[in-house]
Amino acid sequence: MSARVGVVMFPGTNCEHDAVLAVERLGASADLVWHGDTSVAGYDALVLPGGFAHGDYLRPGAIARFSPVMEPVARFVADGGPVVGICNGFQVLTEAGLLPGALQKNRGLRFLCTTVAVRVETSASVLTSGVPVGTELAIPINHFEGNYTCDRDTLARLQDEDRVVLRYVDNPNGSVDNIAGVCNGGRNVVGLMPHPERASDPLTGSVDGIVLLSALVGAAEPAAQATVA
Amino acid sequence: MASSAGTASSAQFSVLVEVRLREGIADPQGATIERALPALGLSGVSGVRAGKSFRFDIAADDEAAALAQATVVADRLLANPVIEESSVTVSPAAVADPVGSGA
Repeated sequence: MSARVGVVMFPGTNCEHDAVLAVERLGASADLVWHGDTSVAGYDALVLPGGFAHGDYLRPGAIARFSPVMEPVARFVADGGPVVGICNGFQVLTEAGLLPGALQKNRGLRFLCTTVAVRVETSASVLTSGVPVGTELAIPINHFEGNYTCDRDTLARLQDEDRVVLRYVDNPNGSVDNIAGVCNGGRNVVGLMPHPERASDPLTGSVDGIVLLSALVGAAEPAAQATVA
Repeated sequence: MASSAGTASSAQFSVLVEVRLREGIADPQGATIERALPALGLSGVSGVRAGKSFRFDIAADDEAAALAQATVVADRLLANPVIEESSVTVSPAAVADPVGSGA
């Protein structure tokens, strides 16, 4: 049975169809899940895609955190379900407390829209399982608030627990320790600023995002659920 | 005296919440503003930090209750404790002019 992926859409989300298409091409089925929904039952994995949830008012993700869907998302996370937040989705997950840290305005106050090199730093996450550490991937970024920030203790914990999932090869935005993506303690929630769904077709210049999304789809295969721990 | 019908015991309080980046958190916005100042011919301005302020009203029994509610708003929504801190000021609302609408 193919994995069923829920792609959560808030008012202002704008990368949901790219995410649906990218995971469908990898053999999964995918549906849009509206932010007002109060259940995510039946999904094997969730993606919080990019965009500007609730207009990014106050802070990116600050209002989205209160959307009704975030309660079942939090329960899905607690049950060990694979969840990936891409760009704005990463910001939402930090605001919701499902991932540590925060995404600040980019160093230099530039909106960045370019393809960057990122390095896989751990194979122990739902987004990188099976991808060798040290693998470099060319993946687009597209953000104003992508400057990952956290306090010293949190950074030390992320490093000690091998929870930095991706690092920029050449830090574009000022992120602490060149962090481009992190995971939670359970390793089933990953947030990243780069957009793997935009690097999944030769037409858009890179297919390097496919290994990441394949890992997610693999983690979502109903049979794999029991082994993700 | 306020003559609002209904919640007889509650009064209106004005709230000001100021949110600023915690010390040690880089502030690219403040830094950019600071770099623009020489264009005004000013050279002695330093330590620019950008923040946000929010004003709203709260109906509560007393100032302490209003402060407690406003603090929840500040801590749970207006500021992200990972990078920001906030201060809350509560004061009795200026008595609104009862004449005005209606005529």
